[in-house]
Amino acid sequence: MEFVKPTIEYAELWPILVVFGAACLGVVVEAFLPRERRHLTQVILAGAGLVAALVGTVIVGTGLTSLGDGAARGLIGGEGTLVIDGPTVYLWGLVLVFAIGGVALFAERRLEGGVSAFSGQAAALPGTEAERQASARGLDHTEVYPLLMFAVGGMMLFPASNDLLTMFVALEVLSLPLYLLCGLARRRRLLSQEAALKYFLLGAFSSAFFLYGVALVYGFAGSMQFAEINEAVRNDVDNEAMLLIGMGMIAVGLLFKVGAAPFQSWTPDVYQGAPTAVTAFMAACTKVAAFGAMLRLFYVAFGSDRWSWQPMMWVVAILTMLVGAVLAIVQTDVKRMLAYSSVSHTGFVLTGVLGVQASSELAEGQVSSLVAVLFYLTTYGFSVVGAFAVVTLVRDSAGEATAFPRWAGLGRRSPLVAGAFAFFLLSMAGIPLTSGFVGKWAVFTVAMSAGAWPVVLVAIVASIAAVYFYIRHIRLMFFTEPEGDVAAVTRSSPLTSVTIGVCVLATFVLGIVPGPVLDLATNAGDFIR
Amino acid sequence: MSDFPWLTLLIAAPLIGALVVAFAPSGVTKVTAVGFSLLTLALGVAVAVQYDVDGGMQLEEQHTWIEAFGVNYALGVDGLGLLMVLLTAVLVPIVLAAGWFDGDDGNTKAFFAWALALEGLSLAVFMATDVFLFYVVFEATLIPAYFLIGGFGRDGRGAAAVKFLMFQLAGGLVLLASVVGLYVVSAQQGEPSYLLSDLAGLDISTDAGRWLFAGFFIAFAVKAPLFPLHTWLADTTEKATPGTSVLLVCVLDKIGTFGMLRFCLGLFPEASQWATPLVMVLALISIVYGALVAIGQDDVLRLIGLTSLSHFGFITIGVFALSSQGGSGAILYMVNHGIGTAALFLLAGYLIRRSGTSLISQMGGLEKVTPVLAGLFLVAGLATLGLPGLSPFISEFLVLMSAFDYAWYVGAVAVSGIVLAAIYVLWMYQRVMSGPTPPGVESTPDLDRREIGAIAPLMLALVLFGFYPQPLLDVANPTIDSLMEYAGVADDEVDVPAGSDPEHADTEEGGDH
Repeated sequence: MEFVKPTIEYAELWPILVVFGAACLGVVVEAFLPRERRHLTQVILAGAGLVAALVGTVIVGTGLTSLGDGAARGLIGGEGTLVIDGPTVYLWGLVLVFAIGGVALFAERRLEGGVSAFSGQAAALPGTEAERQASARGLDHTEVYPLLMFAVGGMMLFPASNDLLTMFVALEVLSLPLYLLCGLARRRRLLSQEAALKYFLLGAFSSAFFLYGVALVYGFAGSMQFAEINEAVRNDVDNEAMLLIGMGMIAVGLLFKVGAAPFQSWTPDVYQGAPTAVTAFMAACTKVAAFGAMLRLFYVAFGSDRWSWQPMMWVVAILTMLVGAVLAIVQTDVKRMLAYSSVSHTGFVLTGVLGVQASSELAEGQVSSLVAVLFYLTTYGFSVVGAFAVVTLVRDSAGEATAFPRWAGLGRRSPLVAGAFAFFLLSMAGIPLTSGFVGKWAVFTVAMSAGAWPVVLVAIVASIAAVYFYIRHIRLMFFTEPEGDVAAVTRSSPLTSVTIGVCVLATFVLGIVPGPVLDLATNAGDFIR
Repeated sequence: MSDFPWLTLLIAAPLIGALVVAFAPSGVTKVTAVGFSLLTLALGVAVAVQYDVDGGMQLEEQHTWIEAFGVNYALGVDGLGLLMVLLTAVLVPIVLAAGWFDGDDGNTKAFFAWALALEGLSLAVFMATDVFLFYVVFEATLIPAYFLIGGFGRDGRGAAAVKFLMFQLAGGLVLLASVVGLYVVSAQQGEPSYLLSDLAGLDISTDAGRWLFAGFFIAFAVKAPLFPLHTWLADTTEKATPGTSVLLVCVLDKIGTFGMLRFCLGLFPEASQWATPLVMVLALISIVYGALVAIGQDDVLRLIGLTSLSHFGFITIGVFALSSQGGSGAILYMVNHGIGTAALFLLAGYLIRRSGTSLISQMGGLEKVTPVLAGLFLVAGLATLGLPGLSPFISEFLVLMSAFDYAWYVGAVAVSGIVLAAIYVLWMYQRVMSGPTPPGVESTPDLDRREIGAIAPLMLALVLFGFYPQPLLDVANPTIDSLMEYAGVADDEVDVPAGSDPEHADTEEGGDH
């Protein structure tokens, strides 16, 4: 047998390679640079890598050529394992933008008095002498930057994968660093480690589901490639039960990653236990990547079997919205509240996923599901990164103060920061003149166009419930008299404040003139099938 | 007309004013705020001067806003819109002047800035001719309102603000479902568009039309408010400052009845007629229930808030009677209720500032000490109960006529609202103002010049439009005529030219009081 050299489309794939390259370099830096110079080097390396990848994404995006009927642009690369089409590039851009925000939050050192929010020595048992020493010496885990870069690489690979195996590899590449990052909090380490363990165990479990599903779908279709699976589904080649069970199991894996009910139980614990900077990064980027992958899988591979998976999505979407909104009402911790709110947002995005996609069913100029979901992810990412960034600022002597009573009257002590937080909450609640409203409108519209009015009705009910806890928090910040110890806003370095500022600006601008971003998402075109 | 963007300017003036007030030094806050509100009023008058009563939708502006959604930034005024715009533009400076010290317990700047922001967004609501734009500003008005209620007023206002916002947002989200549905219907028939002019030409199936109507109506019934969605009203007016209440009840709540006319009737005439029986029942319950509950109140502000429930019932009857008297009466009622209730709220505010309590049972005998306040309070009260010679009478009369036209029993029940109104107003006046002067209040100062100056325009308007409502009717009638024509409803019988002869009407209706 002759060995054929695989062709790699470096011209289109280099943004991913830059990210992985920067991650590997980061590991080298850890090994060879003296401790005191690592932090700055790592931050610059990670930041530069992400910015370069972002520039690359823009270049790749503008250079994509139209295919066939012009509905999709791009090419299939990496010997058929990767697709670089419009939606991929758009999702890369989103992941990279939010990851840059994440790096900025990771690098923040002024809040903790000169050290980062990550533990000095993760291997030291909480409460031991070793931990105290690490803390006294001002140690700092700078491995978080390469970890973040590896996760970002996985997140870029995830929505770009064109076969189930690549998708699984990408899933693991993005997940493993996140498990580690979750356990690295400097304060409340037991909570953090518990979160990491829980996330890891459940995540591993869901990966197993995913893998089993992959095997079954392979058994059905005889191929891992999405296009060939689609072909098999269309022709109904084999035992349908195998396909359905396989599809369901893959869906379990993906729904776990986005935190949809009934696989949401890890979300509050992990969001609360993880260092807040990690939570911000994870909440935005994981969701973007996982929804990207889900869209591709269900629209491309299983697109012709829509009638089989849509009812499942209906149920999951309804359940997710209700569980998220109702449980968020009873929370007394800001991070947990935001976690449950993110669950309900997952439900809203799913409402978009089950909408109409086929261009034959759309009127001229009507938004498609893909556009709606991409736009929603954009708006949600900015508000969630911004909201968690604000949470890192609100502190008392024991670190971040996330209990509700500590936030009472914050609006009077620091009107700007509380105002920004209120603005993010209003956006998440979907109040007009914020980006959240436009996003919500878009996903509701596509669902309604697909005839999913029961889902839209539930979404409305869930939104009403959700409004309650957002408004309650605004009232707490602005109109409630503080009692006992309260938290104050700590002055941060420009890293955090600029991140918050950019998020506020994006949330505002996307609420007033969403046109350009919507056009960008529309021009991204369809998936390559 | 020239292309000068008058309407945009009208919206922008108070919004820019809000920003300027928020960042200007606190010494000039109040003067700046009143200045900007007067500038808005001047712009409103400029718009009114250019308005041609028979010209339909005018001074239109249209720019593509979100192309992907078929959304335009489109503004325009018709007779209904113009009256609401003028009402808003007149009331805001009055509220700011009357509530000069209202913001002083909290953050003064915030009070004036939020009030101006509320004005700008409300004006946009009345001028929007694109449903999406309407929805956006409709919801956006709630944010300034929330901060006005929650930040200023009496204890317990935080809870009242949350209740207010929850009701309004819930109604708004129901409306969102309909707005989304409208897009879907519009997309099924070609390129989606949200322009009122495009939507009016849509062929909406009966079922779809009724569902969409339900969404719009529920939202407006929360806003207006109508029984049983009114429970936020009394709590809000009780806890908020009187100035805030004026902005809420006299401006913001008008969006509800405004929306019923413009959107419920304007987009879904078939569904509106289909729903009329239910709406009439709700409106009648609102009239009677609101008045009965008002009689039992011990808190002046709560009482006035509940009278509005009754009044909005009247307006709704006028709207859904689907006749030209009813429609004109409803529009007139909206204006007159705005003026009369604003006067009552502001005078009650003066009263509370003097007596230090809002409880009727703890007041009394102020008549002799503060004759001017008492006199004005009586006039405002009489206007509220519809005394002939004051402007609310005419609109109430028109609405009742249309109610009798619709069905005699509807009219009969509605009339009882007038009797009950006489009870709650006069009994309140008696308990608050008359009787022996209790010791300790002899030195209560009467109204000063600022207070009288603020209230005087309202009093003048009450009397002026009481005797000469023609200008209002001239503006309102063409809107109603075109609406009736669009809805395909003709008046059943020979038309008494609406409001042509108020003096004659006096003699007929006078016996009720």
